[in-house]
Amino acid sequence: MPKDSGIGASSKRREDVRFLTGTGQYTDDINIHGQAHVYFLRSDVAHGKINSIDTSAASAMPGVVRIFTGADFEGVGGLPCGWQVTDRFGEVMKEPAHPVLAQGKVRHVGDPICAVVAETLEQARDAAEAIELDITELPAVVDMKKALQAGSAKVHDDLADNLCYDWGFVEENKAAVDEAIKNAAHVTTLELVNNRLVANPMEPRVAVGDYNRANDESTLYTTSQNPHVIRLLMGAFVLGIPEHKLRVVAPDVGGGFGTKIFHYAEEAFCTFAARQINRAVKWTASRSEAFMSDAHGRDHVTKIELALDADNNFTAVRTETYANMGAYLSTFAPSVPTWLHGTLMAGNYRTPLIYVNVKAVFTNTVPVDAYRGAGRPEATFQLERVIDKAARELGVDPIALRRQNFITQFPYATPVAVEYDTGDYEATMAKLEEIADLSGFEARRKASEAKGKLRGLGVNCYIEACGIAPSNLVGQLGARAGLYDAATVRVNATGSISVMVGAHSHGQGHETAFPQVVAEMLGIDESMIDIVHGDSSKIPFGMGTYGSRSIAVCGSAMVRATEKIINKAKKIASHLLEASEADIELKNGQFSVKGTDKSCAWGDVTLAAYVPHNYPLEDIEPGLEETAFYDPANFTYPSGAYACEVEVDPETGKVTVERFSAADDFGNVINPMIVTGQVHGGIGQGIGQALLENCAYDENGQLLSASYMDYAMPRASDVPFYAVDHSCQTPCTHNPLGVKGCGEAGAIGSPPAVVNAVIDALHSGGHTNVTHIDMPVSPSRVWAAMNS
Amino acid sequence: MTKISMTVNGKAVSGEVEGRTLLVDFLRKDLRLTGTHVGCDTSQCGACTVHVDGVAVKSCTMLAAEADGASVSTIEGQAAPDGTLNTIQAAFQEHHGLQCGFCTPGMVMAAADLLKNNPKPTEAEVRHHLEGNICRCTGYHNIVKAIMAASGQDVSQLAAE
Ligand code: FES
Ligand code: FES
Repeated sequence: MPKDSGIGASSKRREDVRFLTGTGQYTDDINIHGQAHVYFLRSDVAHGKINSIDTSAASAMPGVVRIFTGADFEGVGGLPCGWQVTDRFGEVMKEPAHPVLAQGKVRHVGDPICAVVAETLEQARDAAEAIELDITELPAVVDMKKALQAGSAKVHDDLADNLCYDWGFVEENKAAVDEAIKNAAHVTTLELVNNRLVANPMEPRVAVGDYNRANDESTLYTTSQNPHVIRLLMGAFVLGIPEHKLRVVAPDVGGGFGTKIFHYAEEAFCTFAARQINRAVKWTASRSEAFMSDAHGRDHVTKIELALDADNNFTAVRTETYANMGAYLSTFAPSVPTWLHGTLMAGNYRTPLIYVNVKAVFTNTVPVDAYRGAGRPEATFQLERVIDKAARELGVDPIALRRQNFITQFPYATPVAVEYDTGDYEATMAKLEEIADLSGFEARRKASEAKGKLRGLGVNCYIEACGIAPSNLVGQLGARAGLYDAATVRVNATGSISVMVGAHSHGQGHETAFPQVVAEMLGIDESMIDIVHGDSSKIPFGMGTYGSRSIAVCGSAMVRATEKIINKAKKIASHLLEASEADIELKNGQFSVKGTDKSCAWGDVTLAAYVPHNYPLEDIEPGLEETAFYDPANFTYPSGAYACEVEVDPETGKVTVERFSAADDFGNVINPMIVTGQVHGGIGQGIGQALLENCAYDENGQLLSASYMDYAMPRASDVPFYAVDHSCQTPCTHNPLGVKGCGEAGAIGSPPAVVNAVIDALHSGGHTNVTHIDMPVSPSRVWAAMNS
Repeated sequence: MTKISMTVNGKAVSGEVEGRTLLVDFLRKDLRLTGTHVGCDTSQCGACTVHVDGVAVKSCTMLAAEADGASVSTIEGQAAPDGTLNTIQAAFQEHHGLQCGFCTPGMVMAAADLLKNNPKPTEAEVRHHLEGNICRCTGYHNIVKAIMAASGQDVSQLAAE
C-alpha cells in the first residue's frame, strides 16, 4: 500500500493552489510605492571600444530620473566569481574584471552600457533611444580554438591571451593514461560538441531594489535560487553593504535550472540605484533580453578516447575539452567544466586510468555557467557516446559492454577523486529492460520499417555527484564559499511548526515535501507544518537550491534540527510525566512512558514550553526552537539507466521520440510524485538539447538565436509520455535521510540515449558510415549524415 | 489616453490606457491581476493566455483598447467563489501538472479552450493544442495527463508509468 502521508507518500502539492488560482507572488508581481523603472541600453556589437557616451539629450526626456553609466560604478566592486580554479601548472585562473556597467569596452552582445531610470518603463526605453553612443567595433572572438591561436583578438586587453585556464585532472596520471592508450587492444575516439543552451526558465529575471534611508536598509527582491548567496556576493563584494543592512528576498520563482543561481549586474544595479535616488527601482527582463543576459549553459568541444583491452575491459579514458566561458566569469563558471565534469568521467565503470584536460576560453559571447546538470551532462554525454561507438566498432552489444564494465563493489574510489558510497547499476539496467520493454524492440522496429521509417534504440547509463558539497573539500578545490545548509524548526505553542530553510523552491515542491519529513519524525499531521524560504531576513542562512542538493543537504539540516526538537521535547515530557527521560517514547505525536499507559500529547509538551508553569526551568530554557547547520560528508551519487526509441524519417531526416524510459536510483524518496515530475522535466530538457535547442552565434558574435522564433524550445508535441521508475533504491550512507537528489538526473541521462538511438536507426537503414551527429540532431543534420 | 471598460471575471472595470498598452499590461498593472504572466515578447509562450468573449487569446498580442467592451476571463476567475478549484485546476493538482507554476495560468486557460470545443481529446490533440504554450519544468507529461483526466478520461493506463 502506498503511504498517504509522511516520507514516501505522494502528497499533493500545497503550493499548487496559489499557482492554479493566479495568486502566487512572483518578483514581477511586486510593486513598491513610488518605484522607478530601469531600462538597460545594451551593446549590439560583440566587441567594441567605447569612445563616448552622450546622455544629455536623453536625460532631458520626459520622466527620466537619472541615467547611469560605467563611470557611476568606478569605486564600486565588479561582479565576483565564486570559484577559483588552479591550472595544470599550479597557476590560478585568469580572472578579469566584470563591471556592473561596461567600462571602456563592450565584450558581448547584451553587455549593459547605460541604465536609464525613469518614471515608467516606456519612458526609460524611449530615452535610451536618445543616448548617443560612439563605439568602435573591434574584431570579435567567437570560435574557441581560434581564440587560442597566436595573434587572435583579445577579449580582455589586460590578459596575455584568451585562455582562462588549462586544467589537467588527474595530472599525475597523465603519463600512465597516455601509456595505457598507446598499448590498448582497441581505442575508440570521438569528437563532439556539447551544444550551447539557454536555460530559459519561463519566468524571465526580475530585480526590484528598494532602500529605506531612515534605517539605511536595502532590500532586493530577485528571481534567485539562493537569496543568501546573492546577499553575500552583492553585499560583501560589489556594494559593500553589511548583512544586517541588506535583505534579499526571492519570492515565488518561475523556474531556475541553474541560470538563477548567479549574481547578475541587474541585481546589483537596482540595489545600488535605489540608494542613489532614494526610491525603489524595478527591472523586468524581456525574453529577448534574457537570451543576451542570462548565463548560458554547456558549450564544450571535446575529443574523447576510450581504450579497451582484448577482452573489452575499459583500461583508460583520455579527454580534451574546450569550454567556453563567454566574455566574463559568471559566478560559478570555472567549476563547471572542471570539478563538476572531470570528477564524473569514470561514470558507472571500472576504468582504472583517466585523464581530463580542459581549456577554458574567453570569447565575445554571453557568460556561460551552470545549466541543469552543469558539467555532469557534458561528462555523461561524451562517455556514453564513446562507449556506444566502441560497441559498434567491436561488434558487441552496447548494453553487454556496459554491464561487463560496471562498478559492482561499493564504496568505490574512482581514479578521478570521488568515492561512490552506494549504487547498483545492474539493478537499474535490469529495471530499464523491464520498463522499456527492450525485448519488444525488434517487433517495434519491424512495425516502423513497415511504415517506411527507421527505428533506433539508444541506451545509456549515468552517474552524477549531487548534494553539493563538503565545504572543506570544495574549499580545497577552489570554492570561495561553504556549501552546507541550514534550517530552523520553530515549534509554536499550539504545536504547529514553521521550518525556515535555506533551500529555495522554484518548482521542486519543497513546501510539500519538506513537511513530510518533519511529520514523519514527529508523528504529526503534515498540515501542522509550514516551510518558510526565500527571504534572508526570515531564514537562518542557506546556500540555496542547485546541484540536486535541497533534500540531501538542507533536508539533512532540517532532520538535525528536528532531532534537537525531539530531544528537548522529551525532556519536557519526562517532567510532565514524572518519568526518566530515557523511558520517554515519541510515537504518532504522543509521548509515552515505556511499559506504562502514561502519556501526553505533542500539544501538551509544546504548550508547556511556552507556558512554563510546570516546567523544569532550572534545567532547560522555555520555548521550542532549534537550528542546525549541516555540512555533507560526501557528495551523493544518483545513478540510472535510460532508453530512448526514435523513428527517423529517411525522406526528411526528422527524428521523432517514440518512447523514453528512465530507471533511476535516487536512494530513499520522500515524495514519489514530485520525484517523478522532476525526472519528466529533466528528460524534456534533455530531449530539447538532443533534438532542438541551439544557441548560435555568427562569426561576428551576433546572437542568432535571440528569441523563441529562433531558439527551438521543446513543445508538448515534441515529446512522448515517459516511463519513469525509481524503485531501485540504494540509500545514501552518509546523510540521515539516505537520499541522493533527483533534480538533474533527467537532463543528464537523456541526451546520449537520444543520440545513440538516432545513430542506431541510421545503421539499421544501412547508413553504417555515420558514427556521430552533433546536437541538436536536426532534420538537416540527419539528412546530411544519411547522404554523405 | 483612451478610456476603456470591459468585464473581467464578471466584474465591470474601466481604465485609461495609452494606445500602445497591451491587454496583458492592463490586466497586470492597472487591474493588479498578476496571475496572467508574460514569458516572452514574440507571442510564443502562451503564459499570457486569457479568454476574450469566450475565446483563448494571447493577451500580449492584443491591445487593451481592442478589448474595450469585451468580456475577459483570467486565471483569477476560474475557481468557484468559495475557492473550490474547477475541474481543470483540480486535475492539474491531482496529476502534478505544474512545478514552478509560471506557465500554469496559460496552460489552464488553453486547456479550458480545448475542452470547450473538444470534450474528449486524444493525447495527440492535447499536444497539438498546446503548440503555443511552453512549459520548461514538467516535460509536458503531467500537463497532458491532467488535461485528459479533466476531460473525464481514464488516465491510469495512459501514461507509461
Ligand atoms: S507572453 Fe504572450 S505569448 Fe509569451
Ligand atoms: S511549471 Fe514551470 S514552466 Fe511550466
